[in-house]
Amino acid sequence: MNVDVLEDERHHRFVLNMGPQHPSTHGVLRVLLELEGEYAMSLQPVLGYGHRCHEKIAEYKPAKSFMPNTARMDYLGALIYNHGYAQLLEKATGIEAPQRAEYIRVITSELNRIQSHLLWYGAYLLDLGAFTPIMYSFDDREHILDILEDVTGSRLTYCYYRVGGVCRDIDDKFIAGTRQFIDRLRSRFPMYEDLVNGNVILQNRLNGIGDLTPQTCARYGVTGPLLRGTGVAYDMRRAEPYSVYPEFDFEIPTETKGDCMASFLVRFREMEQSLRIIEQALDRLPEGPIMAAKVPKKLKIPAGDYNSSVEAPRGELSYYLVADGSDTPYRLKVRTPSYSNLSVVSEQCAGMLLSDVVSAMGSLDLVIPEIDR
Amino acid sequence: MEILNSILPELIRIVICAVCGAVIVFGNALVMGYAERKLAGHFMLRPGPMEVGFHGIIQLVVDGLKLMGKQLVVPAKADKPLFMLAPILAFAPVFIPLLVIPFSDKLQGFDLDVGLLLILAVASINVLAILIGGWGSNNKYSLFGAFRSVAQNVAYEIPMLISLLAIVFMTNTFSLREIAAAQSPVWFVILQPLAFLIYIVAMVAETNRAPFDLPEAESELTAGFHTEYSGMSFSLFVLGEYANMFIVCSIATVFFLGGDSGIPLPYFEYSGAIWFLAKVYALMFFLVWIRWTYPRTRFDQLMNFCWKYLIPFSLVNLLITVVMVKLI
Repeated sequence: MNVDVLEDERHHRFVLNMGPQHPSTHGVLRVLLELEGEYAMSLQPVLGYGHRCHEKIAEYKPAKSFMPNTARMDYLGALIYNHGYAQLLEKATGIEAPQRAEYIRVITSELNRIQSHLLWYGAYLLDLGAFTPIMYSFDDREHILDILEDVTGSRLTYCYYRVGGVCRDIDDKFIAGTRQFIDRLRSRFPMYEDLVNGNVILQNRLNGIGDLTPQTCARYGVTGPLLRGTGVAYDMRRAEPYSVYPEFDFEIPTETKGDCMASFLVRFREMEQSLRIIEQALDRLPEGPIMAAKVPKKLKIPAGDYNSSVEAPRGELSYYLVADGSDTPYRLKVRTPSYSNLSVVSEQCAGMLLSDVVSAMGSLDLVIPEIDR
Repeated sequence: MEILNSILPELIRIVICAVCGAVIVFGNALVMGYAERKLAGHFMLRPGPMEVGFHGIIQLVVDGLKLMGKQLVVPAKADKPLFMLAPILAFAPVFIPLLVIPFSDKLQGFDLDVGLLLILAVASINVLAILIGGWGSNNKYSLFGAFRSVAQNVAYEIPMLISLLAIVFMTNTFSLREIAAAQSPVWFVILQPLAFLIYIVAMVAETNRAPFDLPEAESELTAGFHTEYSGMSFSLFVLGEYANMFIVCSIATVFFLGGDSGIPLPYFEYSGAIWFLAKVYALMFFLVWIRWTYPRTRFDQLMNFCWKYLIPFSLVNLLITVVMVKLI
């Protein structure tokens, strides 16, 4: 342990290493806590335990071959990471994906978003000491994994999108299964609300904990449900519409208080909105090809800077590409939402009880490989 | 010879009591261990243990053997004597309360005049064991768990005792058997509903079970005071926990649910004991049920709840009881 000796006025503080192996850090994240009694006076996230140099790898292989790596950054939002990257290369090379492919991308991305939120729901409640809900949310999540497995071939780290489309067409089985799943999840929401969201212990644990303001969020670059919990309806699907999202009618759920309960409710309502998008997309699914006609095998990227942003389950995901005219990126920078969201904890959680630190960090919905990418 | 004749029945009684106590403690741990895992499984949409024996019925026996075979790891720089003493101290005292619990009018080890006091006195040794274990482990999480446990158990013993005192005022005795017998027309749960509620809440907190399982809060303190324990020393804590559950549920049964009273079963002299155990296990089912349903409370909320609500309400309840007893 490389823990510094505390200075004089802090010498009575108790240094606690939360992680890298701790049940509620959801991966290899280490948080250095200075405690006074049970109050965490200072927090310092220590990163780098799972760093795999993804951005560097991108500089050493053809841009098209980097697609699987994007899925390994955020294993819960793999398709959305695929989406951002495919879109980036399409922007850079001027290839356009056909309409049907865009619809398929939206449907599968939204399924992926629901899957991520369901996992968060269970895991967050596990952090709060409720053991049972995770099994119920995993039961629902399993259906999404089965549906996506049929069409993409994998269950977690998908590599389904291609530059210029998607690699396999969806069939009637997929559509029927998705419709069935929408009905199923809709009928489960009232149960979740009655059993969990209205529980008095949960309300007491989450209300007024970890207050964020739009200003704080802006300073740290916090996006996603946390920002929407403070009342700012900032969602990339609306703020900078991409793909075919402008064609759908959906709301951006917001809350005003900015505490853990606010982001909890925002995430919960987002699942319902995603279901709405999927429903509309299935209704209007156009016929046609799923790949652009001419995608060259060796994808030359014209020299220049390119940017592409999508709304990942945890916030804004941006790819920034600098190309030098070859088929390999000169530099690829990924702006992952969890990294910025995590940086706010030092300010957000200072002076909190240890239990509240766990609830505040859980409400960030951290995926560590996305931070250490 | 004279002396031997006079001592011998008592000696036999003690031996029988000790054996029965051991049977109850281990039998209860097996039954509850299996029931908890099975119930938790079904609450969670999964079957629970299924592999060993019919529906996993001997899973707990196998688990016990496994735990016995495991290495006892003492962490470096741990306070070894204290570290080894804690599990024993958590487990050993659970036999004593079993001696005075009246399973039926005929089935009771010793009917002491101070039965309740004995139970409460012995039950608080558990806190000491947790504190010693948490301190001796040389682990920060264990220490936090131990601190929480002491604060919580000391706080919750007060409303627990006061709610029971209301019954003692009504019956004028500390003897558990007489208290159970005093409920022949109506159970005290009807006469003292508030005391019953307070006792139930305090009981959950005393046994360190969810939603008040702060000393071992998994998501915050990994495993709390028993983070560093392995093998048998860990299982002694678990055995102690299940035995404590049994004891507090027995007290609730004796004080509020009429002890062994119930419809006599035909052809069976000890039907009271059956009723008693049925009530105890119904309460234990309740404990398991809430554990797998609710999230965990926060520590300051837990303490506030005790000092701001439970203790004042139990005192008011006691005052009303005293006035009523005096008037009637």
